Amino acid sequence: MTLYAALGAIEQGLVYGIMVIGVYLTFRILDFPDLTVDGSLPLGAAISAVAITAGYNPYLSLVFAAMGGFLAGVVTAVLNTKFKILHLLASILTMIALYSINIRIMSGPNIALLSADTVFDAVIALGVPPHYSGVLVFGMLAAATVVLIVWFLGTELGQAMLATGDNPQMVTSLGVNTHAIIILGVGLSNGLVAISGALVAQNQGAADVGMGIGTIVAGLASVIIGETVFGSSSIARAFVAALLGSILYRLAIALALGLEIGGFTFNPSDLNLVTAILVISALIAPNLKNRLIQR
Amino acid sequence: MITLDACQKYFHKGSVNEVFALNNINLQIKEGDFITVIGSNGAGKSTLLNCIAGCFFPDTGKITVNKKDVTRWPEYKRARYISRVFQDPLLGTCPSATIEQNLALANRRGLRRGLGRGVKAKDGELFRSRLAHLGLGLEERLLDKVGLLSGGQRQALTMLMATMIRPEVLLLDEHIAALDPKTAGKILTLTRDIVKEQGLTSMMITHNMKHAISFGNRLIMLHQGRIIYDVRGEEKNTLTVEDLVRRFYESQGEELAMDSMLLS
Ligand SMILES: Nc1ncnc2c1ncn2[C@@H]1O[C@H](COP(=O)(O)OP(=O)(O)O)[C@@H](O)[C@H]1O
Ligand SMILES: [Mg+2]
Repeated sequence: MTLYAALGAIEQGLVYGIMVIGVYLTFRILDFPDLTVDGSLPLGAAISAVAITAGYNPYLSLVFAAMGGFLAGVVTAVLNTKFKILHLLASILTMIALYSINIRIMSGPNIALLSADTVFDAVIALGVPPHYSGVLVFGMLAAATVVLIVWFLGTELGQAMLATGDNPQMVTSLGVNTHAIIILGVGLSNGLVAISGALVAQNQGAADVGMGIGTIVAGLASVIIGETVFGSSSIARAFVAALLGSILYRLAIALALGLEIGGFTFNPSDLNLVTAILVISALIAPNLKNRLIQR
Repeated sequence: MITLDACQKYFHKGSVNEVFALNNINLQIKEGDFITVIGSNGAGKSTLLNCIAGCFFPDTGKITVNKKDVTRWPEYKRARYISRVFQDPLLGTCPSATIEQNLALANRRGLRRGLGRGVKAKDGELFRSRLAHLGLGLEERLLDKVGLLSGGQRQALTMLMATMIRPEVLLLDEHIAALDPKTAGKILTLTRDIVKEQGLTSMMITHNMKHAISFGNRLIMLHQGRIIYDVRGEEKNTLTVEDLVRRFYESQGEELAMDSMLLS
């Protein structure tokens, strides 16, 4: 792999890392498998692209994106908690609805941002070489996200959120409204995913309604890689691991795409299959191991 | 004071599985009462405590706490006044959180949770001294995850957590039934001490008739969702296990007589 390709993979790992942190929050902390992310990632992209095109500051567009994503998460969590729809189904419903909504927001399936202002302009103006600007901006935003989320989970509210995923009966009897906590948590998660989507769009110069496909699978793969390689013995460690897992995942994919076995090479479109197989093997590996040990 | 006024509860109403779990329950729990609750399996003991705690709303009837109508308050809101210890030691604590974090969660029972630190430095002293009371050495292990503790240790911690903030009533649902006899004895003594020290109002479900007689100032027996026996004070103190067994079979006897009448 060339240095340039590696840099690109790290950049991707960092920008999608913000999404992975959101997925970690729902999947691991709240024990709420949430497929909304496949819709809230392009939602963030769409909102940001429309806002930038309308002349808003690209950083401000991230705030709008986050609010949109938060709302999407709230819808899923309300469907689950208040209307008792299974979390997976509730999130699929929101995701499908977002497909139509995203096209409405963009007045079409995509928006190009080629000559528009982006979050990189500010750092390039400071004299940072353009090909490092992505790593720098994404690195700072991803690091800030980890710091904020770890801080939040240490607060009274955050501790209640951790406990809600762990033992809902106990926190309820300690006076915590678990529904409110789940709604807040899934909202926060999708807010982060939408920010990630907004940044991806600014980076690749376009928002596209199809860019969210496979987000959850990539997110889970990153979470699992991070946990396996870096551990999760504390909350801070777990979130740093999730972010690093995202980088490893993108590096692995870049490597796979460059691979040549005989005459066979991977297409970018094979990516979802490869990722799905990766997640499946990670999910069943502990099972297999147990069975082998029992024999 | 807590009152239940003509509370009724059906499960699966209108289906073949219909259960009439609470049948016209009238109960006044006075400040300082320590009520032991007995009855056969399925009599409705847990359902009664769940009804007070707000796990579900009664179909009819009214529940008040200090004259406030809480009939339609959800469980989390009633937790301000009510704390509970369950039979399963795993239910009362959070395994992946530390002892300190668990205590901190309990230390805000019923209070607003905001962006202040979850575990406050100033609480360390309080937590340590409370834990020292248990005599289990847990005061040296504030940063250990609760998942590492034994069932008995977890149940002791749960007792502590349930009483960090004084509840209007402490509900104990067979909270020693899942423990080995020696540990069960310790938790029972701990229960007696805490209730006495803080002058708590409490209800304790037990399967052990001796415990039911020797603990508390009042005893109620449930059968098929009804309170069929309610004694207190002197009368309770002079009860024997035989008295209770007789009462118990009397109530069952009625039922047997009814059955044979229906069959003949
Ligand atoms: N959540 C529930 N759903 C349906 N039936 C229930 C539920 N909780 C209790 N019951 C039924 O109500 C009756 C009383 O149960 P319970 O209060 O648990 O008895 P116990 O006196 O042994 O604690 C039983 O027939 C039980 O099957
Ligand atoms: Mg029971």
